[in-house]
Amino acid sequence: MSSQLRKRAEEAMAQKTLTSALGSFSEAYVVSRAKAYEGLDFEELRNSIADIKGKASQHLDALAEQFKKNAEARGAKVFRTSSPEEVKKYILNLAREKGVYRIVKSKSMASEEIHLNYDLEAAGISVKETDLGEWIIQLAGQRPSHMVLPAIHMTREQVADLFSKEISERLTTDIPKLVKVARRELRKYFFEADMGISGANIAIAESGTIVLVTNEGNARLVTTLPKIHVVLVGLEKLIPGVQDAVPILKALPRSATGQLLTSYVSMISAPTPNTDGTQKELHIILMDNQRTAMAADPQFRNALQCIRCAACLNVCPVYRLVGGHVFGHVYTGGIGTILTSWFNLMQNAEDIQGLCITCGRCKTVCPGKVNIPELILEIRRRIVQKKGMPFIQKAAFAVIRNRKLFHSLLRAGYLAQKPLAKDGFIRHLPMFFSGLAEFRSLPTVAETPFRERIKKIKQPQGGEKVAFFAGCAIDFVYPHIGEAVVKVLNKAGLEVIFPEEQSCCGTPFRGSGDYDLAAEAAIENIKALLKDGVPYVVTACASCASALKLEFVHVLETEGKTEWIAQAKELAARTYDFSTFVKKLVDEKRLTLKEAKHLERITYHDSCHAKRFLNVYEEPRTLMRKAGYDIVESFESDMCCGMGGSYTVKQPEISSRILQRKLQNIEDTHADMVCMECPGCIMQIKGGLDKTGSKIRVKHTAEILADNLR
Amino acid sequence: MMIDTFKIKAEAVGSEVYRFSADEDALSFIVEFLKKEGIAELNGPTAVWADCPFLTAMRKKELVEKVEGLRFDISFETAALAKIGISQMDWAIADTGTLMQNAGAVEQRLVSMLPNIHLAIVSTNKILPDLTTALAEINPRDADYLTFITGPSRTADIERVLTIGVHGPERLIVIFVDQPEN
Repeated sequence: MSSQLRKRAEEAMAQKTLTSALGSFSEAYVVSRAKAYEGLDFEELRNSIADIKGKASQHLDALAEQFKKNAEARGAKVFRTSSPEEVKKYILNLAREKGVYRIVKSKSMASEEIHLNYDLEAAGISVKETDLGEWIIQLAGQRPSHMVLPAIHMTREQVADLFSKEISERLTTDIPKLVKVARRELRKYFFEADMGISGANIAIAESGTIVLVTNEGNARLVTTLPKIHVVLVGLEKLIPGVQDAVPILKALPRSATGQLLTSYVSMISAPTPNTDGTQKELHIILMDNQRTAMAADPQFRNALQCIRCAACLNVCPVYRLVGGHVFGHVYTGGIGTILTSWFNLMQNAEDIQGLCITCGRCKTVCPGKVNIPELILEIRRRIVQKKGMPFIQKAAFAVIRNRKLFHSLLRAGYLAQKPLAKDGFIRHLPMFFSGLAEFRSLPTVAETPFRERIKKIKQPQGGEKVAFFAGCAIDFVYPHIGEAVVKVLNKAGLEVIFPEEQSCCGTPFRGSGDYDLAAEAAIENIKALLKDGVPYVVTACASCASALKLEFVHVLETEGKTEWIAQAKELAARTYDFSTFVKKLVDEKRLTLKEAKHLERITYHDSCHAKRFLNVYEEPRTLMRKAGYDIVESFESDMCCGMGGSYTVKQPEISSRILQRKLQNIEDTHADMVCMECPGCIMQIKGGLDKTGSKIRVKHTAEILADNLR
Repeated sequence: MMIDTFKIKAEAVGSEVYRFSADEDALSFIVEFLKKEGIAELNGPTAVWADCPFLTAMRKKELVEKVEGLRFDISFETAALAKIGISQMDWAIADTGTLMQNAGAVEQRLVSMLPNIHLAIVSTNKILPDLTTALAEINPRDADYLTFITGPSRTADIERVLTIGVHGPERLIVIFVDQPEN
């Protein structure tokens, strides 16, 4: 990430009003969204949207032609173009021809995308945004910071100042009064305007209809009062049939603002009469600007399923800290990064893609089933493919990939850390590393790695075998978690073997866009773990489990290493995360928990990879409850802890702020322990709690269960 | 009952919902409402009423005599100056508390968007269960401008504070009539 972006992010996070507004919004949003979806099957709904929009994206040209034919048959003029320049030329020519000097607009992200206002104003035309939020940022000379709430970054004081200046009258910060001022001022512009410009939320090919979804009512005025109405629509808004609009109209208001339906929906299919008896002119511009190219891309076509509800921003742990402007473009957040990389330039996305911590929270709420984190990783992959890895990172990865060198370096690291370490923690680091230990203590490298320690454990022989995949963190930092795993599995009569050839699972490489290295790691581990013909592979790291179960196949497919796919699938089938495997053993009565009563109070932190990638969250809770612990849920228990693998190194400021919230939520439970599945989270949370001097202990599920077996 | 669902959903977003079994009762409610809002006063605020089946020629004549500030000529000016706009909506959608109108005629839109208060008359037997059935009842193919209204105009654009009445009406009053005249 460039120092410029880093500076922007830091400045944004330093604005208390911004972060507190976004923070409380993100919390309130989750509640209102859930309420709006009550009684509806969200999965079913989004499957149907993904299906409709996914198919439509593969027939954009045919749908555009059908739309054009039907809309023109009813009197609209339809202009199709791929270029933003042509869009501007068309509107400017029309304005010149009709003597248009005053334009009112209702919100159109497509017009923001091509900076339409700039060109219109340069031609001497007055342009007024009429959506309240858009008008505010127009007066402030800014860009929208959110797709649904464009001025969410501004305070009432700032709005009062802007409005006071605009009408040359000192206004108070009373919000209803400010809204009244906007109503009164904008009314004048509505009546004077010669042209209204709107966007469209949906364009229906079958009937040549554009659908506008608004709450304020400005779109109705823009499309009714001026005698010329110009609609600017991105091609991705096209759907085939009228009924296809229903699932989108169900999801969009619920996901955007927690409403069942917005105050107004307008479906315009033909020019309508003006009050003087003349007929309105209706011009519809269908703009491509890279949508067709995107639709032809096997990965990125998925992003055309977006319905612009901004749910992904509202649940994003990073967005709520830095806000929209840090993204530097009109489309903000994760989806904005993806859209910007296509509609504008890949170059624009290069920097901002680094803001994504790939926690996956956005994809669980996306009504269009856009796999945002996956597409961000794909952007990373393409950047690395084109430009290569930054030198330092490449050097570091080369070391991790070289298993022997990595292991000996870690050993050297153990010795080097000695002067800094105390009680298993490093609390301060010298010089430029200091940022990393500033907000949480770092764990020390273990004296003896797990791969050595396991050799000393006396295990049951002759029974079924399980291969243990340790992952770097358990092997070298938390070997005692590995020992707890062995203890549990031994109790079930299983012998745990440690395939020596195993190495890093490759998640850091993939996360940084280096799929070559990730594929090498996948192949090496597939060989190592399948070699002994052991029926189960168990790992106690949720990230590693995701790699083994889900990502190896994907990485090998992407890299064209098809000869390894069958074995990758075989490995995926044999792989279990620790909790799921233990739950299975308990269910099969091969393992019995002590089943005490009211042992201690545990709060469970859902690691991103466990909750959203492996879908594991019930199993550990069930097991710990069964063992006799009281589970107290923390607020936002499935919110990312801010670790995100190398994210914490690349974006320490953001990582630290995400952690602060997590720690507070854990403290608020007054639990005795916090428990989780992923050593990465343990590193972050344990380090954070140590730094704050908390009494809450941090444990892996395996450590808890190992002490409670019969 | 669909009307109960409608009422719950509509009131949840700030609409006011009334139901009358006879036209005459609805009419006297409207007249009373207009009087209460000062429309009957000389040089008082005005109301605009767009042509609709409910507004028969005879009622028009009677109303003109009773309510001084009531107007039937709809233009930008009359609608923008009016405190109240009255129109008849074609359908209601129960599960979202929505009103729907085939609003190709500009007058129909003007009275429902420019005044501060919108009185919307709708037949009780025109309530449909949901959006799917609504779009099956009237296809946009057969309507130049189809309007859906769910509650008053609203915004949350300043500090996310819900504020009613931005560009459209701040009150939406829904009047169901059980036995509308043909």
